[in-house]
Amino acid sequence: MSLLEIEKLSLTIGDTPILRDVELSVAPGEVTGLVGESGSGKSITALTVMRLLPWAARASGRVAFDGIDILAASEDQMCALRGDDIGMVFQEPMTALNPVKTIGEQVAEGIRWHTRASRADAEDRARKMLDRVGLPPAQVPLSRYPHELSGGQRQRVVIAIACALKPKLLIADEPTTALDVVLQAQILDLLRDLVAENRMGLLLISHDLAVVTEMAERITILRHGEVMEAGDTARTLSEQLHPYTRQLAQASMHVPARATTHEVGQDNPQLQVAKPLLQGARPLLQVESVTRDYPGRRKSLLKRAAPTRAVDDVSFSIDPGQSVALVGRSGCGKSTLARMVLALDGPTSGTIRFRGEVITGKSEAELKPARRDMQVVFQDPYGSFDPRQKVEKLVAEPLHVLEKKPTDAERREMVAKALHDVGLGPRDMDKYPHEFSGGQRQRLSIARAIITRPKLVVADEPVSALDVSIRAQILDLFAELNQTLGVAYLFITHDLTVARAITDQVMIMHAGKIVERGRTSEVLDHPQSEAAKSLVAAAPDLHRAIARRLQEQG
Amino acid sequence: MTAYLLKRLAIALITLVLASMVVFAVLEIIPGDPARLMLGMNASADQVELLRNQMGLNAPLAARYLHWAGGLLSLDFGRSYTYSVPVIDLIRERIVVSLPLALIALALSTIIAIPVGLFSAGRHGQAGDTIAMGAAQLGVAVPNFWFALMLIYLFAVWLRLVPAGGFPGWSAGVWPALKSLVLPAIALALPQAAILARVTRSAMIDVLSEDYIRTARAKGLPYRAVLWRHALRNAMIPVLTILGLQFAFLLAGTIIIENVFYLPGLGRLVFQAITQRDLIVVESVVMLLVAAVIAVNLLVDLSYAVVDPRLRSRQ
Repeated sequence: MSLLEIEKLSLTIGDTPILRDVELSVAPGEVTGLVGESGSGKSITALTVMRLLPWAARASGRVAFDGIDILAASEDQMCALRGDDIGMVFQEPMTALNPVKTIGEQVAEGIRWHTRASRADAEDRARKMLDRVGLPPAQVPLSRYPHELSGGQRQRVVIAIACALKPKLLIADEPTTALDVVLQAQILDLLRDLVAENRMGLLLISHDLAVVTEMAERITILRHGEVMEAGDTARTLSEQLHPYTRQLAQASMHVPARATTHEVGQDNPQLQVAKPLLQGARPLLQVESVTRDYPGRRKSLLKRAAPTRAVDDVSFSIDPGQSVALVGRSGCGKSTLARMVLALDGPTSGTIRFRGEVITGKSEAELKPARRDMQVVFQDPYGSFDPRQKVEKLVAEPLHVLEKKPTDAERREMVAKALHDVGLGPRDMDKYPHEFSGGQRQRLSIARAIITRPKLVVADEPVSALDVSIRAQILDLFAELNQTLGVAYLFITHDLTVARAITDQVMIMHAGKIVERGRTSEVLDHPQSEAAKSLVAAAPDLHRAIARRLQEQG
Repeated sequence: MTAYLLKRLAIALITLVLASMVVFAVLEIIPGDPARLMLGMNASADQVELLRNQMGLNAPLAARYLHWAGGLLSLDFGRSYTYSVPVIDLIRERIVVSLPLALIALALSTIIAIPVGLFSAGRHGQAGDTIAMGAAQLGVAVPNFWFALMLIYLFAVWLRLVPAGGFPGWSAGVWPALKSLVLPAIALALPQAAILARVTRSAMIDVLSEDYIRTARAKGLPYRAVLWRHALRNAMIPVLTILGLQFAFLLAGTIIIENVFYLPGLGRLVFQAITQRDLIVVESVVMLLVAAVIAVNLLVDLSYAVVDPRLRSRQ
């Protein structure tokens, strides 16, 4: 018998239909994956089971949990179920915890509420639960506040809250999307163990096919609020009978077609210094023993803790037109390094040369020519635009670094050209950012980056906020611009699939140092350093996951 | 935490010193000779000069400031020109009216505003919210003296529950004294409560859209418990800021209400002192209020740190 049974679930918010005839079931001790792109209704389905919908939502159909009709249950009944029999883990660990309560209080609260246990008993159980999820109280006391923990630790606290009362069903909505691959693998392992220990049913929601394939026996694929295909994970994904399933699977493994022109003499990282001579060209970017320290936290009025070394004696170079990935776990120093390359932050020691000229320690005015030739694309296409300005103005932003100010007509022409380069039309110039989808917005930020015809674009997780099909298109666009404009890339990412798809070379960063560098395929197939090995081992891979599943099933 | 405390304390002290300089300077600039004012128009120039010397008015500016500021520290505010009694006695007499009045009004305002704000935020956009916020809008718009008059009419004239005005003094017993403070406190509290309710509501609405509210709901807490246990404390910072400002206003800004109710409070004291050019009283009361405002702000700053653990560890 199924633990959770969803039949013909339809849901509208106001007049907008969100779900149509969704069918889904989870059995005890089983992991069911729910996959779909943003807006497909995955999260709303989960919130329906919890009955935590926005108040304008109207649901019809049948949702049965352990024999209880969820849609007809009273609010009191739901309160008794939530947190006791059904637990939920959310996507964003950084904001999922109350900042003014200690983690102990937050874990113990649900225990006290449901079991009427005394404060001491509840705290004791909370301590055991936190220990179980990998936060031993000896190292992470219950009196810690969420802001004192890292993202991965916070997600463990959220899981401890959800699993504190050994629920029969756990709903995990993108539980690892905000984490780096190594943390992701750890959290997924933890979830898998909890399922096995308590015969808990797990509804795992994700946009990442590889993650779901690794975890779930059965999979349901959702699109625009409708189930496209459902069934055994290995079979569904290996046969790819449904066109949408095929589309999703292909998009998540997409590698843009690109000519590889920058691999001469780069097999050996030792040759990097000599290589420009080989090619007869100067490297575009030279980073020479760069170190960046951050002052330690003030302990008292006069004492400070020892400074933290975010970037530790890093040297590398990038040739014109070369595409390089900078890969590492969160907090390894890759963003700090990128900020220094962009001259947004100065190194504590070391020098950075761009087109042969030193850019460290220069004034803004002296940096202007360099700024023209380097641009940046950020992760979040929503956050990086002023919503009150038209596209023309937004895309034209970098033009102020030009030697002479373009006339209005010239400006419009340059914007139109940049939009054309990224596959948008001149008519889009007079629109506002909210009129574009996520993928189009990322195209806009790429247009903004290439409008000055830069030689180097630094892209900080440029596709990690995008759905797989959109991601494939944007990767194609990056590849194309690399060919047509000859622009060099520094891709900062923790996603090895992206690195593999779009870069010639990869640098693995760990604890502020670059620990490995080489041809992308070389490093990813045969990692040498510990850091690279753990990244590669932890990265979910769809091919591998399907193969393993088929093998297990014989 | 200690660093945060020390920094706030230092800022408060510096503000106090600067404020005292400004108050002193302003009264120096204002035309009119205090000695002449005290002696009247018929006094001879010699008499005025004698008094000026006695009062230390002929000493250099810096010396006079230091003398005055030193006096403040030992609570020696000087003597009132018009009442011819030490200013400290006047203040002592009045503050036993003003301080309880301000505290009662503040308590009333908080007791009304926070539940209303919570209620409204919990029903964001629904009928209850609209009605509550409409009432709050009215509360902000209607001046407090009009409330005062209506309250007098209703409770004092018509129902005869409380006196219409005046203050019997605490010596007449706690109950009669409190009774005469009830109406003015309500009149003061209503508009403040209206503002505070609006601030509470908007802060709560922001907080309620946070992810951790959903986490708390997913634990099985009923909505109301989530409001009180998780949302309120996070919404406290803007509410505390407004409370701090309101206390300062209630202590000093009660001139109109004190006049309407014939209460011998600080507000009326300042008002009378200004009309009578009793500068030494004005100076002293203003300094006292400045000190009170700074102290309250310091308290508010410290309460931020109590409410939000992130402020304790950040510099």
